[in-house]
Amino acid sequence: MIICTDSNRPNVEPYILADEDRAEIEHHIHHYDDARAASIDALKVIQRRHGWVPDGAIQPVADLLGISAPDLEGVATFYSLIFRRPVGRNVIKVCDSIACHLMDFEVVQDAIIKHINVGLGETTPDERYTLLPICCLGTCDKAPAIMINDDTHTNLTPEQIPALLEKYV
Amino acid sequence: MTLPNNNLGEIKPLTYRIVDNKPVVDINEYEALDGYLSVRKAIPAMSPADVQAAVKDANLRGRGGAGFPAGIKWGLIPMGPDAGAKYLVCNADEMEPGTFKDRLLMECLPHQLVEGMIIAAYAIQAKRAYIFLRGEYVLAAKHLNEAIEQANAKGYLGENILGSGWSLDMHVHTGAGRYICGEETALINSLEGRRANPRAKPPFPQIAGLWGRPTIVNNVETLSNLSHIINRGADWFKGLSQGKSPDGGTKIYGASGKVKNPGLWELPIGTTAREIIYEHAGGMRDGLELKAWLPGGASTDFLTPDHLDLAMDFDTIMKAGSRMGTGLVMVVDHTQSMVSAVRNLEQFFARESCGWCTPCRDGLPWSVKMLLAIERGEGKPEYLDILQQLTRQLGPGKTFCAHAPGAMEPLQSALKYFRSEFEQGIAAPATAAATATA
Repeated sequence: MIICTDSNRPNVEPYILADEDRAEIEHHIHHYDDARAASIDALKVIQRRHGWVPDGAIQPVADLLGISAPDLEGVATFYSLIFRRPVGRNVIKVCDSIACHLMDFEVVQDAIIKHINVGLGETTPDERYTLLPICCLGTCDKAPAIMINDDTHTNLTPEQIPALLEKYV
Repeated sequence: MTLPNNNLGEIKPLTYRIVDNKPVVDINEYEALDGYLSVRKAIPAMSPADVQAAVKDANLRGRGGAGFPAGIKWGLIPMGPDAGAKYLVCNADEMEPGTFKDRLLMECLPHQLVEGMIIAAYAIQAKRAYIFLRGEYVLAAKHLNEAIEQANAKGYLGENILGSGWSLDMHVHTGAGRYICGEETALINSLEGRRANPRAKPPFPQIAGLWGRPTIVNNVETLSNLSHIINRGADWFKGLSQGKSPDGGTKIYGASGKVKNPGLWELPIGTTAREIIYEHAGGMRDGLELKAWLPGGASTDFLTPDHLDLAMDFDTIMKAGSRMGTGLVMVVDHTQSMVSAVRNLEQFFARESCGWCTPCRDGLPWSVKMLLAIERGEGKPEYLDILQQLTRQLGPGKTFCAHAPGAMEPLQSALKYFRSEFEQGIAAPATAAATATA
């Protein structure tokens, strides 16, 4: 059953918003005095299901929030932690801000790149890892630091990287 | 009420309850440590005007980096029965590179922030309070949500708080990245579910903020101070600086970079960077010498070892040509290149620019391009002049918000104090000619 199509983007796959996702987005809307304030919460609900926000999800979510699809797309593409392209099962975020720079994060980043064999902004062919840079993680006394999914790892050395990454399947 | 830690509470109010970094999330445990005493004391016995006056008297200056007095900010909020809906927003989007103090306060003492927010919201008679938390702070989100749920169950939040007739709803909003969300008006746009572009000011948020309504945005550390000011009074608060600064209170200072013992310490405001770096952080690692330091984040001007004995307070560091910012010091050692450090900083600012206004969107990547060339030793002779011009053209008054001016602070100070390092990256004419014909 086709729930929604976007006439401006005929190639967009039809998307069926799951009932529990719809309910959760509606719950988020109640926290605000204006429905669109739940935009980021809603995009995160979709992303939790798929790992990213598929094109087709934009229109039905925008409808729930009472805004246009291009408006929601503008929000989705602004925020660095909302993914508008498929990502790997594990997203590695390497802090490259000044406190980690002063603690030589580059050697850690190089060790990651060497281990997974893709560069920043790329996903491994087996869809296991995506590597991204990230803004200061607020753990500068334990630099260098990275996040993998929701886990923060600190005081890293290049030697620790292979074993650490292998924990994430 | 007498408590075992009470004398420590007198001098380190923000952190005395944190023992061995163990979080206090259970409300009963927190109440046994004087928790929510300020709420029971102020509501309903004190009027909102009384609470505002107490904070104004204490001269609590905003701990997010700007140092604007919280009591004066609150004083701009319309009060009275016709004032309509108002909001309190806690800026918990801690993303200033080098800053990790709010993380500690939220992970380890979430109730202290909730308690402070109840006091602030009561003072301005807000009906709803939001904590704008960066999405990466997963543990802080968990602890804050638990704290809010427990405070609701105890009647410190919700309808008709402690029989005052005043109600407050509190909610944690988690972000999805972008440094610019920490800018007050960009934060409000983001909270409304929009792109985090800053807004033109005036009108200031105190008049027209969230959904066009009067809104106060305060930092985590600022709000965390409020319960203590209500409990112990403005005079006690002013005395916390122990004569080290005309400002009152403590400050959570910190140090990162290649020091022996990086970390966070709650100290009297006005403590010197020398004490922070050499006593608390144990000095530089063996074999390293201090070359430069950033007083409080990426958007503050570099200072040198000559400035180590200045009081780390807003006015003193400002007079020295920098800003205290968040007060978390980053050290650069003598083996590190200032050109590389500044290139790293400008790459960060260029990536995090929201793109709203031209000087920032185009100027920052331009500076990165030149810095990368200088770092490789391939800088053109005119680059230093162009970089110098950019520090003015991206400076205060040229852009919507403080992002680009903040980005120019480390650049202009590095050019001032370490110009020779930049000059070394300018290709000699012969080399440049050889490269051109190669």
